[in-house]
Amino acid sequence: MKPFAKNPLRFTFYVSRFTSHVLRFTFHVFLLLLIFATANTALAQQPTPSDDEVNIIAKQLYCPVCENTPLDVCPTQACVQWRKLIRQMLAEGKSADTINQYFVEQYGARVLAEPPRTGLNWLIYLLPPLAFLAGAYILYRAFRSWRALDKQPAGAEEAETPAAEDEYVTRLEEELKKRQ
Amino acid sequence: MIADFGFGVLVVTFILSFFSIGAALYGALTKSYPWAESARRAMLLTFPLLTLSSLALLYLLVGGHYEIQYVYSVTSNSMPLYLRITALWGGQAGSLLFWAWLLSAFTSAVTLRKWERDREFLPWVILVSSVTLAFFLSLVIFFENPFMSWWQTVSGEVAAMFRPAGAVLLTPRDGRGLNPLLRHPGMIVHPPLLYLGFVAYIIPFAFAIAALITGRTDDRWIRITRRWTLWAWLFLSLGLVLGARWAYDVLGWGGYWGWDPVEIASLMPWLTGTAFLHSVIIQEKRGMLKQWNMLLIILTYDLVLFGTFLTRSGVLSSVHSFAQSAIGPMFFAFIGLTFVSSVSLLIYRWNDFKAEVEMKSMLSREALFTLNNLIFIGVLIVCFWGVIFPLISELVTNQKVTVGPPFYERATAPLFGALMLLMGVAPLSAWGHSTIKTLGRALWKPALLAALVMAVILAAGMRNAVALIGFGLVALVLIVTLYEFWRAARARSKTSAENFFLALWKLTGRNRRRYGGHIIHISMVLMAIGILGIEVFQTETQGTLPQGSSLELAGYTVKFDSVAQFDTAGGRNVTRAVVSVFKGDRYLGDLYPRRDYYYESSQPMTIPGLYSTLADDMYIILVDWQPISASGATFKVYHNPLVNWLWIGTFIFVFGILVAAWPEKDS
Repeated sequence: MKPFAKNPLRFTFYVSRFTSHVLRFTFHVFLLLLIFATANTALAQQPTPSDDEVNIIAKQLYCPVCENTPLDVCPTQACVQWRKLIRQMLAEGKSADTINQYFVEQYGARVLAEPPRTGLNWLIYLLPPLAFLAGAYILYRAFRSWRALDKQPAGAEEAETPAAEDEYVTRLEEELKKRQ
Repeated sequence: MIADFGFGVLVVTFILSFFSIGAALYGALTKSYPWAESARRAMLLTFPLLTLSSLALLYLLVGGHYEIQYVYSVTSNSMPLYLRITALWGGQAGSLLFWAWLLSAFTSAVTLRKWERDREFLPWVILVSSVTLAFFLSLVIFFENPFMSWWQTVSGEVAAMFRPAGAVLLTPRDGRGLNPLLRHPGMIVHPPLLYLGFVAYIIPFAFAIAALITGRTDDRWIRITRRWTLWAWLFLSLGLVLGARWAYDVLGWGGYWGWDPVEIASLMPWLTGTAFLHSVIIQEKRGMLKQWNMLLIILTYDLVLFGTFLTRSGVLSSVHSFAQSAIGPMFFAFIGLTFVSSVSLLIYRWNDFKAEVEMKSMLSREALFTLNNLIFIGVLIVCFWGVIFPLISELVTNQKVTVGPPFYERATAPLFGALMLLMGVAPLSAWGHSTIKTLGRALWKPALLAALVMAVILAAGMRNAVALIGFGLVALVLIVTLYEFWRAARARSKTSAENFFLALWKLTGRNRRRYGGHIIHISMVLMAIGILGIEVFQTETQGTLPQGSSLELAGYTVKFDSVAQFDTAGGRNVTRAVVSVFKGDRYLGDLYPRRDYYYESSQPMTIPGLYSTLADDMYIILVDWQPISASGATFKVYHNPLVNWLWIGTFIFVFGILVAAWPEKDS
């Protein structure tokens, strides 16, 4: 009456069969879900990307025809075509980087808003800060040499109030003090 | 006939300018006053002559004489009268003539002043202006002649000043017309103001060179040209802002400044000019930075030429370079020549222009002004390098690159921030000597208030660091500047019987330059509010709408009502949409974004619809539409917070300059 009492192994066998069923089932469900999920995202990419999504990429590109006008606002026919191309590539699931890269390969680095950070182009990023630092250093040295030249003690009281250069106001304020 | 007359007058003026150069040089070298006087009269004569020549060109433009090549290229039958007049500076040749005319006007005005005290300057000032004038006239006569006619020869059509052998005059029925971008009322004011600013800077430069040559080391040249410099600065600044406004109204990219090379070309002389405006005060007050001021005005002069060169030579391709020609090398040579010779002169005189006093403290007013100059030069370096680099890249690696807004914004934003900080601190520091203690005592209260403003903004939910710092600096400058006014006016009203406002008025009148400067600082931070608003908080969306449906952005709703297409005056085909704008449920009004298509040049223009308040602008562009069914249209909508303060600041700016530059009663 106790079907499994004689053979406990048999019990374990059933249990393991059961668990393996469960596991297999879960696995299948998981697989199905996975397929479903990927199918779902694939479906989500089917409708054409919105104008805003296109513009995010177009904003950073410059067409070689109408120089200095970003692609997202350029009204010429050529740029309309370019935006269509971006939309198509987005619909194909291509990333922003891939699209940028495509345009660079097709039309050269000039389509980017800034020169790519390679080779000679580093000059544009390095020269202005270096020149500025050099200027600041020269100014600092000049200040130091001027201060060294200045033999007068530093505690000049002439600069008591910031308005000292306006003699009129200073005089007025002195008058006020006398009256009080 | 009229064209021959105009050209003949040009040639006479050209010869006259050479006479002026020779007479001035001879008069200066032999110290012979009659020769200098003769040069002055020759210079004075160039103005009426160039006026005649310009009037001749205007006559041709207004009358539609399309047999003249220039008239053909910039006007057409469909253009209204005002645009035909503005066509004088609408193309290359005409604008160079206009430049020369302005220069002769300014030089005449300056030679008419009383010269008793500065007789030794006169021939040199005339020399410098005449050389510049002769250069521009040579461009107009030999390279870009606006009076050339069309001729039909056996080999085809040619443009020439004089009839080629066997040729017949060709008279087209209609012209090509002005570039659609320029067909705007902005054309009346923006280019002339910019040119006025450019040309007016020639005058202080001429005086600086005169001071260098004569070795007169005092600040006389600065005092004579002080008002000139202010006017030049006003014109240039207004030219820049009006250009920005024009771009905002017609270019249809939701902004006002695109860091286009040609915009930068006119910003660069403004940067050195603004630095100069500050540093001359130090020379006047303390006798310092004499060599530096010379260098700044030389730079400004050559950047003015460089700006004209960039716009006129076609070396850059940008929205502005509608003018392309072969005058590039000429400009290049002239800029190089004037720069090298001026700087050589400065080096030759270097020791004569040493400072009378040395700088004592790093926190003194003069030290902070010097720092301000360093930062302006920093912005200049960024701008100059950004404009030049694509040319270098093309020359060296044959690779064309774009240096666009992200580069300039990243590089200049901290520098502009530092300038604002200086605007807040410098008025509180003293001339000669300031210590951390004295400056700190003056600064801590305004700084605390500004920090409080920042805290309030932070508490209100703003988390953007750039905006937070920016608005904090704006608050600091406003507090310091207004406090300066209040403190001085209160002191005055306590001693005199005047009430506070009368005291404020009189005080400003007594020291126009200082308080005018303060007003200008206020205008600058108001502009900064607008710039921060649009740069940091601009949002945008785009959508294709069926008729009757709507788009939402930043609490506004834009409903597409209808679209219509029709031909209109000026050779345009207009596609005009009607959209209604709501905030929440409240109806605000209709807007009419449109696309103008110019048949003559087959160019489209995008004119936005604009709903503007002090808090924000709704800026709507018609991007696309379905032509026949009129069932749908694509709109791009920008929300531009606070941008109006940029234009409000401009009005206050003009007021500030008028206060600073208004003639004193005694002079």
